[in-house]
Amino acid sequence: MALIDAAASVDLSGFVRRGQGAAEADFVVRGARCAACLGKIERGVLALPDVAQCRLNLSTGRLHVAWEGGRADPGRILSTVEALGYSCAPFDPGQGRRDVDREGRELALALGVSGFGAANVMMFTVPIWAGLFGQELGEHSRQTLYWLSGIVATPCTLYAGQPFYRSAFAALRRGHANMDVPITLGVGLALAMSFYETWRGAGHAYFDAAVSLIFLLLIGRFLDHKLRRSARSAASDLLALQAPVAQVLDGRGVVHGMPVSQVRPGDRLVIQPGERVPVDATLLEGASEIDLSLVTGESRPEATSVGMRLAAGVLVLNGKLVVQAASGAEDSSLADLARLMEAGAQAKTAYTRLADRAAALYIPVVHTLAAVTLVLGWALTRSFETGLVRASAVLIVTCPCALGLAVPAVQVAASARLFRRGVLVKSGVALERLAEVDSVVFDKTGVLTDPTPEIVDLEPEVLAAAAELARASRHPLCRALAAKAGTGVVARDVVETAGQGLEGVVGGRRARLGRAGFVGSGALDGPETELWFAREGQPAVRIAFSERLRPGALEIVRHLRQRGLQLRILSGDRGDAVERVADAVGIDHWRAALTPQEKLAEIEALQRAGRKVLMIGDGLNDAAALSIAHASMAPGEASEVSQTAADLVFTGGDLGVVADALGVARLARAMALQNFAFSALYNAVAIPAAMAGMVTPLLAALAMSGSSLVVMGNAARLTLSRRQA
Amino acid sequence: MNIIVILAPLSLLLGGLALVFFFWTLRNGQYEDPAGDAARILLPDADDRPV
Repeated sequence: MALIDAAASVDLSGFVRRGQGAAEADFVVRGARCAACLGKIERGVLALPDVAQCRLNLSTGRLHVAWEGGRADPGRILSTVEALGYSCAPFDPGQGRRDVDREGRELALALGVSGFGAANVMMFTVPIWAGLFGQELGEHSRQTLYWLSGIVATPCTLYAGQPFYRSAFAALRRGHANMDVPITLGVGLALAMSFYETWRGAGHAYFDAAVSLIFLLLIGRFLDHKLRRSARSAASDLLALQAPVAQVLDGRGVVHGMPVSQVRPGDRLVIQPGERVPVDATLLEGASEIDLSLVTGESRPEATSVGMRLAAGVLVLNGKLVVQAASGAEDSSLADLARLMEAGAQAKTAYTRLADRAAALYIPVVHTLAAVTLVLGWALTRSFETGLVRASAVLIVTCPCALGLAVPAVQVAASARLFRRGVLVKSGVALERLAEVDSVVFDKTGVLTDPTPEIVDLEPEVLAAAAELARASRHPLCRALAAKAGTGVVARDVVETAGQGLEGVVGGRRARLGRAGFVGSGALDGPETELWFAREGQPAVRIAFSERLRPGALEIVRHLRQRGLQLRILSGDRGDAVERVADAVGIDHWRAALTPQEKLAEIEALQRAGRKVLMIGDGLNDAAALSIAHASMAPGEASEVSQTAADLVFTGGDLGVVADALGVARLARAMALQNFAFSALYNAVAIPAAMAGMVTPLLAALAMSGSSLVVMGNAARLTLSRRQA
Repeated sequence: MNIIVILAPLSLLLGGLALVFFFWTLRNGQYEDPAGDAARILLPDADDRPV
């Protein structure tokens, strides 16, 4: 389905990047899955005039098109791809650059280098280990193999370990320690001590351990990065499909399509029926009804008046409007909303990650033990050197490989599992916070209720007649009516009066569909959303709409209550509308007609009372509450600001995934704790051995790699298990 | 054991060569679209060069 029906007629040149004699643009394509889709789309686009190159990335769903000469026609691309049956939207990668995954590439390079190092050093080390079991290996051969290991391992470790060293130094400069500090220390010590031992000819070198440690840790980092990136790009696709183009009117009255991010204050914009106002704006011309549900939570449409201020995110229902932008895209949400969100984000950065909490316990203990080893070793053996070697051994064997992987491995597996269910997890910390929640706060409009309204009982004959008129309009109520009636004929001579209704010829008689006053029923506006329908010579009929619950809403409420979570509704809508929904789903605590500030205050009050709140909301009015809540989720249709503020975004319309997300988050937390327990056990065995000077390089290598593999294997259970958490 | 003097550098050379090729595939964009590459092999006339 096209979000911009007028795509072919709108000039989309704002999305085209021009170079010398060539032009290129990117698009998001949805629905392409197989080789046949790929071939069909690429052939179709290449057949268009002037298209020089066209490449669909099936993994990311991005279509890259290059034109030769200066003549680029992105509108034709959109209509061509849509005619083939795929949804398509122009995509602005931002700042005119191709979207390059620099960090991913760096990690992959580091992974390659450390993999090379680990494999080759292992090749030199295995003969040495074999020598330990009595095979013949001369003193000189052994020394040669050690030197070779050192020559290969040192540059590989130094290069590939950079992500850890950088993070460790950054943390130390800020005056605290994270898990990368002991990693850096352990690797550095292992290299230094191995060179010293090799030079001495003593033969306790840990080159292999140092490089394979970096290799294993990088695997965790790399997977983590890949997953995070695919979640982020899926989230930005959602937004590209939602509000792709602003239609800007220039001085000569010509309309240009532009990425919303390029709109400047003072620009005049044309908003077609069915589109959202992209930035805060003032109404210049036109009349329409507007839907404020994303902005305030109010579910009943409102009429416009010239000079009125329209907030970004307002949906224009049935009239074409010309507005003047009052702000650019970055500051288009209200200033105080932005400030409230900032405060919320700050509160969240104060949250201590599970891994950092473990590091805070682990670092002092291990470093104290190393110091004790140094002193005891020195005192007992009367050799400072022996003490130093044993203390270093303690730091090397406790280098937190398993501990460093414990949380990321689990979070990667958990996020991947949720990603397949249509839930995008923005960060690993979000999962940790989600696992802790004990109350859930719902927004009503668009979260508990479906965005499309449902018709309260209506005679089939009236429905069929009214639908003939309704099919001619883009008003959501008309669309709901048309959808209910199914396909059929469209009335003749339809005229739409913005903000009032439609008039046309149905079955040979004039008929009107719209507001009570327009149709001439004489009735006042009722509590429910409604339309009136009248045919010439017949009394007017009222068509009432009620909000329909989102699929899975009832089940999710029951499920969450069974798990002992406290449920609430905080809505910006009118009291009666909220009460009806609250009764339907069975939530006792609800509050209506709240401003964004009041929602925020409610959440703050709950959290001050010691509760950990999960907020689920979709509107601009929820953004502040989403950003302050302990954890937050937003549906894929939510406003851009809310999706940005939320920790998790769920697509697919079914609220049931909230339970999945909660279950997986809790399972992930349990598994991270299991991994911590395992790491502690490993250290409890390894540290005394190291203190007594009993750790050989073979033992260290087996124990360190082995513990990492156990931790990763435990995390993989999360991907495999079908257990309902 | 003297054979090590030849074999060890040789194996490092081969490993290093593989690493260089890995760098090349990475810079060449061969990991940008795994799903698309799997599909392109089925199409007779698709552009199957890396991005």
